[in-house]
Amino acid sequence: MNLATLSASYLRARPLNTALSVILLALGVATIVLLLLVVGQAEERMHRDARGVDLVVGAKGSPMQLMLAGIYHLDAPTGNIPLSSALLLAKNRFIKKAMPLALGDSWRSYRIVGAGKEYAEHYGAELREGRFYQKPMEAVLGAEVAARTNTRVGATFKGAHGMGSEPGEEHEGAYTVVGVLAKTGSVIDRLVLTSIESVWQVHEEHQGPQDDADRKALMEAREVTVVLVQYASPLAAATLPRQINSQSELQAASPAYETARLFSIVGVGIDALRGFAAVLILAAGLSVFIALYSALEERRYELAVMRTLGASPGKLFGLLIGEAIVLSLLGVALGLLLGHALASVLGAWLERRQHYPVTGLEWRPEELWVAGIALGVGVVAAIVPAWRAYRTDVSRTLARG
Amino acid sequence: MIAVRGLAHRYGAAEALRLPEWKVAQGERWLVLGPSGCGKTTLLHILAGLVRPSEGRVEVAGQDISSLSGKNLDRWRAGTIGIVLQALHLVKHLSVRDNLRLAQYLAKAPQDDARIDDTLGALGVGAKSARRPSELSQGEQQRVAIARAVVNRPKLVLADEPTANLDDAAAATVVDLLSEQAARHGATLVVATHDARVKGKFRERLEL
Repeated sequence: MNLATLSASYLRARPLNTALSVILLALGVATIVLLLLVVGQAEERMHRDARGVDLVVGAKGSPMQLMLAGIYHLDAPTGNIPLSSALLLAKNRFIKKAMPLALGDSWRSYRIVGAGKEYAEHYGAELREGRFYQKPMEAVLGAEVAARTNTRVGATFKGAHGMGSEPGEEHEGAYTVVGVLAKTGSVIDRLVLTSIESVWQVHEEHQGPQDDADRKALMEAREVTVVLVQYASPLAAATLPRQINSQSELQAASPAYETARLFSIVGVGIDALRGFAAVLILAAGLSVFIALYSALEERRYELAVMRTLGASPGKLFGLLIGEAIVLSLLGVALGLLLGHALASVLGAWLERRQHYPVTGLEWRPEELWVAGIALGVGVVAAIVPAWRAYRTDVSRTLARG
Repeated sequence: MIAVRGLAHRYGAAEALRLPEWKVAQGERWLVLGPSGCGKTTLLHILAGLVRPSEGRVEVAGQDISSLSGKNLDRWRAGTIGIVLQALHLVKHLSVRDNLRLAQYLAKAPQDDARIDDTLGALGVGAKSARRPSELSQGEQQRVAIARAVVNRPKLVLADEPTANLDDAAAATVVDLLSEQAARHGATLVVATHDARVKGKFRERLEL
């Protein structure tokens, strides 16, 4: 027997009160842990995907939409821009790297991205199998695409128009899978990569026999969707966006600015949830207080008897604090478990809908803080009841009964 | 064993106890007699170091109690005194065995299952060690309370109205058990009671 088993034995004898305190605390902790995991992982993921991209250039529209479509492949693009504008942009002296992407189609709801090899290299993607595409209508699959669709090198597939969960009409030309990328943990994992020419070719079919004039007209009409830009120097940030936005058909969006804006919008909801979790934890503290305090009257003989058996007042103080610690530890442990379980469930659900992956199998250092604060709330709630136990007047209590 | 001189205790202005002189030798068995409110409980609490007397000197087992305080007094009590209360106050959420183990734990004595079994067995409740107090009869609870008071082999066993609410046979048994257990552990026994049925049990009597 020790203080912990003695505390635990008392709590076991009052299962309902104990359960209420533990569950309230667990719900509060779980909510905060879930938020930490989801928000933390989303932020990390968004930073990783946007790394090295200073500017997204595309058609006019919502800059946030442009960023979501161009970098994260989450939203529909704002439209297309002429290839000539993109090529012109690449020559700009403020620009170190310009990666044009052609979007618009998907396969089994994974987006087909027409891009140069430098796009995959930008994310450090390496081939796990096969080779990189060289000719039009060859495709390389991101790791997740290959795994989820169970597709190997040599398979063929047809792209469908549109990128939503309900794809449009299938295109005629079939792609051949020539390579599969290793997992990168970035947006590339969920993409089907092909050359820009493939995307053009798919959309230019059924045009009949072509002469040189046709081909020239076609060349002029060719378009890309976005250009991902890396600045040559920090100076570019001051001039380049303004320069691009002043051109009638182009728009430049800064990922850093737009992600910050996105999080400030979503942040209201996150703050509300966080506040809700704090209320839960405080309610749990209150429930610990009420449970311990209201039981004091009933326990006064038990406590007095412990004094006659040689317990010091400090021991009784410690006993009640111990009970609060046992309650809080149970609540925190259950809350951590619940938070991670919820994150896993949410992750499984999100994965099916192809949003951002969330995993519950990851620990964040902030969780230690949450655990510490929850534990602290429990212990503070026990101080007043513990002080009253400390002050138990043994003689008077026993003389009464 | 016990030496009291010039003892007086007051609650506020009301005098609760006056005992000019009292001496108890090692191994003696005493009855402290008197009507309710005469100060029997107060005397027992003073002997146990639970109350500090307003006046006088109290020595128990060679120790001047007034010279002890705080933790030292608690430790002294744990090692020296065993108390049986009128309302037994067994800890409800602990098994019989754990009630005795609690006494060992709080006294910082080794937690010794063999001694617990021995003590319970000597009181005829060895088979009940896994039960909760609420599952026992009144008589069995009495025995467990006595077991808890003697498990640490105290030098002095104090019993406060141990026979109240008991029928004649049970009252006699409890006093016999206390006496037997005190003898078994070589402890001095002081029983405070206003119960006429047990008056004749011990030779040594203190009338308050």
